[in-house]
Order: sequence, then structure tokens, then C-alpha cells
Amino acid sequence: MSSNGTQEHWHRRLLEGKSALFAIVTTVGISIGGIAEIIPMYTVAAGPEVIAEVTPYTQLELAGRDIYVREGCYNCHSQMVRPFRDETLRYNGPWSRAGEYAYDRPFQLGSRRIGPDLHRVGGKWPDAWHYEHMKDPRQTSPGSIMPPYPWLFDSKVDVADIQASVSAMKTLGVPYTDDDVANTGKAMAEQAAGIVTNLKGSNIDAEPDLEIIALIAYLQRLGVDGKKALASRDEAPPASIAIDESGTTTADSDGAQ
Amino acid sequence: MSTLTETKPADAVDPSTYVDEPIVKKFIIATVVWGAVGMLVGVILALQLAWWPANLNLPFTTFGRLRPLHTNAVIFAFAGNFIFSGMYYSVPRLTKAPMLSKALSNFHFWGWQAIIVSAAITLPLGLTQGKEYAELIWPIDIAIAVVWVAFAINFFGSLAKRKVKHMYVALWFYMSMIITIAVLHIFNSLALPATLTRSYPIYAGMTDALVQWWYGHNAVGFLLTTPILGLMYYFLPKSVNRPVYSYRLSIIHFWALVFIYIWAGPHHLLYSGLPDWAQTLGMVFSVALIAPSWGGMLNGLLTLRGAWDRLRTDPIVKFWAVAVSFYGMSTFEGPMMSIRAVNSLSHYTDWTIGHVHSGALGWVGMAAFAMLYYLVPKLWKNKLHSESLATTHFWLATIGIVLYIVAMWAAGITQGLMWRAVDETGSLQYGNFMDTVLQLMPFYWIRLVGGLMFLGGTLIMAWNLYMTAKSAPSSASAATAK
Repeated sequence: MSSNGTQEHWHRRLLEGKSALFAIVTTVGISIGGIAEIIPMYTVAAGPEVIAEVTPYTQLELAGRDIYVREGCYNCHSQMVRPFRDETLRYNGPWSRAGEYAYDRPFQLGSRRIGPDLHRVGGKWPDAWHYEHMKDPRQTSPGSIMPPYPWLFDSKVDVADIQASVSAMKTLGVPYTDDDVANTGKAMAEQAAGIVTNLKGSNIDAEPDLEIIALIAYLQRLGVDGKKALASRDEAPPASIAIDESGTTTADSDGAQ
Repeated sequence: MSTLTETKPADAVDPSTYVDEPIVKKFIIATVVWGAVGMLVGVILALQLAWWPANLNLPFTTFGRLRPLHTNAVIFAFAGNFIFSGMYYSVPRLTKAPMLSKALSNFHFWGWQAIIVSAAITLPLGLTQGKEYAELIWPIDIAIAVVWVAFAINFFGSLAKRKVKHMYVALWFYMSMIITIAVLHIFNSLALPATLTRSYPIYAGMTDALVQWWYGHNAVGFLLTTPILGLMYYFLPKSVNRPVYSYRLSIIHFWALVFIYIWAGPHHLLYSGLPDWAQTLGMVFSVALIAPSWGGMLNGLLTLRGAWDRLRTDPIVKFWAVAVSFYGMSTFEGPMMSIRAVNSLSHYTDWTIGHVHSGALGWVGMAAFAMLYYLVPKLWKNKLHSESLATTHFWLATIGIVLYIVAMWAAGITQGLMWRAVDETGSLQYGNFMDTVLQLMPFYWIRLVGGLMFLGGTLIMAWNLYMTAKSAPSSASAATAK
């Protein structure tokens, strides 16, 4: 016990002897920053802009997204084209806007590009390219250090499982209808049939319910809505995007030597 | 400049009457075992990046599934158990009273180990929430919350029962960890389960990203920083038998860390679609963080004043000196990387990986080793098996970290510059992304060597500590009795 009365430091006198008060002050201290940064995200003025043309993933794309998350693709691939000329050139499209991620749960921006960014990969390659790439990355991209994913060509997507996902997303506020949930299997089969047809055009025979088909569906959707929406905007596109349109062949060569 | 003698932890009564030594020992064993496992997985990952066939063509062993296992093992299993062992040793000594409940301590220990084992099973199976450092699926998240609450009750109950009126600075730091990690974990994990193993966050897109990095950066702040600073405030003065340099500095840097750290998350999202005001806040507060961080570093280093001669001979002092120095280095590097212009080069490159490891290996790892070399001989009541092996460990670890970090600086800056290189016609100089990957291979091999050295040092320590415990008087007599 200290007996030096007035000599005592205010901190010692007011806080160090009172553990509950100390805990309360600490809790307030650590809360302010989080509240100040996160709450405004839910307001229209300060929050991320909304892009009306961005619509939810289809059931098959959602299944593919679950596979993307399961395999931890985000550990090596980002989904965020930064507003730099070299990035819009390299990744063939406008830089990524917040509104494009409206239906991304969880977000997959990533923190390291061991491989290239994937936010504008939708439509960049034919379905067959992705099929071959996931089977043997070095066949499509010589020198690649990505592992092959042979199990995606054996495992099948479980419709009931995806139905649960669509239903959960609906509960969270993603604008799916009851019909969307009920017709999960049918919608998946229809979209998968299209991909199977595309693959057949490249002499690839694949079952429509394989995981690889769902993953291709997801990858081909990435960044597509946003790119379309941003292209139709009144505002003049930044110079970098204009260059991109003409310079596609030089910027577009990664992995396709 | 005033050094208050009260700020030096002092033990008047025989502490063994109120320290639950078996629980400290258990946490120590877990620290060493999980530390070795987490670092081994890290070495495997380093090999996979240098030589892709090490992914083994199996789903369970691919980089994408193993990396979360590495990060979770090192952060929550190695650093977690390290922090808990130091706390269960120092809290009763600082309160001069036993922990509230031995049952809660044991529940904390076994619950935490069960969580780690379940993480080690689920992550390779691909069961993940897909948010960095928060990958564990929702049932495990609930288990974490339950165990953490038990831990908090035990800690705050012990504070309430304390026999020392004023709480020593180490206790403030422990407290800030328990409160903040609870808040971060609960809010970041809010999700709707779709199945038993899969859930979706209640936050979407950019908001999910902001919440995640609010969590992610403050897991660094309040799991890998403040509790370790608390341990530094207890074990460093104890190890050199000197008072903490400045009591006033500890007050200022504690409250500044508590208030400022939490704002820094958005520096992980610079140049993203996150609204500009949030990015700027993240950058400004990250830069401001350098002041309280260096306050802690200076308080630690200056406490070593007058004990520098022991730096030549005492492995514990060596480990503390390097740990605190790396803390200072990485808390300078972090704010610098949070400046937009620097971040435009460093983000998404290996520079970030190097930065994380200078904190995790250099600060957390070295501090853990310092504490372990101090505690194991004390708890098992035996002289350290080999001082020279401890010194060997020190040099292996230090050189290993330096190789690791320098390789990652070089790799990061190389790749960052190659990505942005544009020729005179306005097109990319390295349009093929692969060119920028293949350029990194030499650095990846150097990183692997650095990682192997660090792991090797840890294994030497494990052996050294095992021999210390094994040849301890009590266990030796128990062994002969068999």
C-alpha cells in the first residue's frame, strides 16, 4: 500500500487500483475506432457505392465459389484490380469498385498475388482453358507454380448442399426468390449443360455435375457485371482503360506464351 | 527518467504457494510442440512455392489449404499457448493470489488444445470460412468464444481477488488482450450457418473486408503485440533484475496503443473500393502507431540499460534484446507500408510476407524463446541442460530470420517493380505474369533456408528444454523408482 498520498501518479490513484473501471475504460478505448469506421459503411452517404447492374451469382456459380473458398484460392490470387494504369492494362478491365462485391460472402480480395489477380478473369479465357489449367496448370501456363487440382474432376457437386447455401444467402438478404431456392438443381443443370457443350467444342467430355464445371461457371462470372456496368457509364473512361481496349494482345499474354 | 521501484515485479511471499505450476508446465509443453508444428508447416509451404510438386497432388496438402493451417498454428497455437503460459505464471505472482479456479484453468488448457486439434483436422479438409486468420468454421468459432469467456472469468476473477492493490503494467496489457480479442472474434465471426460446416458472414463484400481487417490487424495488435508487451514487462525486468525504465512511458504507450491500434485495419485495403475516408483513416492511424510502438520498444531496451554486459553471456538477454529490436523494426516498417505511395508497391507482394515474419519470428518467436529459457529451469527446478545449445539456437534463429526477411524484401520489391514497369510505347514490360513469378525463385530458396534454420533452432530448443526437464531432480528420482 502506498502512503505517499499526493505524490501518487493520477493513473495509479484513479485506475490501477480499480480493475473493473480499468476494464471499462479499456473497452471504450478499443471500441471507438471500430465503431467510427464500420458503422458509416451502412449509411448511403459514406458507405460503398451501389452498382445496380451487379446481380447475385447463379446457383452453379455459388457452388463454384464455395469450391474456390474451400481450396483457399484467395491465398494466392487477389480479386481486386487497383486503380493503376499497369493493373488495368494487365488485368484487362476497369479497376474494381466496391459495388461489384455486393454479393461476395465472404469477400475474397486476397492479400498476396502469388498468381495473377482474378477479378476480371471472367470471359478472358474459353471454358476449355480453365478446364485444362485446373488439371495441369503448366499446360496452359508454362512455368506456373500452381498445383494441379485433379479431385475437381472426380468430385460431384451436391445439389442439396448448394440449396442450403442459396437458402442461407436469401436469409442474409441476397435477392434470391423462393423459386430460386426450389429450382437450384434445375438451374444448375441448365447452366452446367452450356459449359459442357462449350467443352465439347474443344473435344473435352465432362460430366455436368463435376466440381470443375461449377468452378468454371464461377470464374467466368468474375468481374463481368461490373465491367459491363462501368463501360456503359456516361463518364469518360480513364485513359488506361482506353489503352487497354487497343492493347489487349500485348497486355493479355500472361500464361499464354 | 524516474524509475519507480514499485514498477519492478517483486515477490515477497513464496510464490509457489499460489502459482499453479502444473498448468504453466502444460501450456509450456503445448507452446513448444505447436511452435515446432506450425513452423514445420511453414517450411513445407516455403518448399511448395519454390518447388510446386511438394503440393503432393493431394487435396489435403495443397498450399491453399495448408497456409491457413500454418497461420492458425503459429498465431493461435504457438503464440496463444506462449501467452497463456506466461500469464498463468505471472498473474498469480502479480496479484499475490492464486487464479480464481483451477478447473477453469484446466478447461482453458484442454479446450484450447481441442480447438487447435480440430483446426488441424478441418483446415486440410478444406473446411474454412475463407477469411484470413479467421478461417475456422462456425462450430469451432463458438468453441473459441466459450473457452475465451472461461479464460476471461478466470482472469478477471483473479484480479478481483488480488492481494496487491495496484495492478502492475503487465496486467493492463493482458486485460486489453482479453477484452479486445473477445470483441474482435465475436463480431468478425457473425455468420449464418448453411450446413454444419459452412456459413456465410452477415457482412457482404467491402463491409466484410473492412470488418475482417479490423479483426485481422487487431489480432496482430492484441494477440501478437499487447500481451507480448505485457510478458516483456514481467519477464524482461525479472531476467535482468532491473526495474522497468519508465513508468510514465508505460502509461502513455499503453493507452495510445489501446486507442490507436483499432483504427489501423483499413491499411490492408488501400486502393480498394473501400471509401476513401476509411482508407485515409487507416493510413493516418497506422502512421501514428509508430509512437506508442516505439514507446514500448524504448521502455524494453532501456530497461536493459546497465545489463548490457550480460548480452554477451546470457542467452535469455540475447533473445530479449533481439526480440525488442525486431519489434521496433517491424513497427517502423508497418507504418511505412501503410503510406499509400509505399503500399502501391508493397501490397500483394512478398514484402508483406517478410513484414509479418519479422514480427512473428523476430518479435513473438524470440520473446517466446526468452521466456521459455527463463521459465523451464525455474519450473522444473533444474539448471538449463546446455547454455551453448541455447546460444546456438539464438544464432540459428537470428540468421534464419534475417535471411527470410531480406529474401522477402528483395522478392517483394522486385515483383512490385516488374508489375508496374511500362515501356516507352505504354505497354507492360512484363505482360506475362509468369515472368514476374519465375524471377522470385532464387529468393524462395533463400527463404526456405532461412525458415529451415529457424525451425532447426526451435527443435534444438525443444531438445534442450526436454533434457532440462528430464534430468530435473524430481523427475529423475521418479524415473529411478520405476
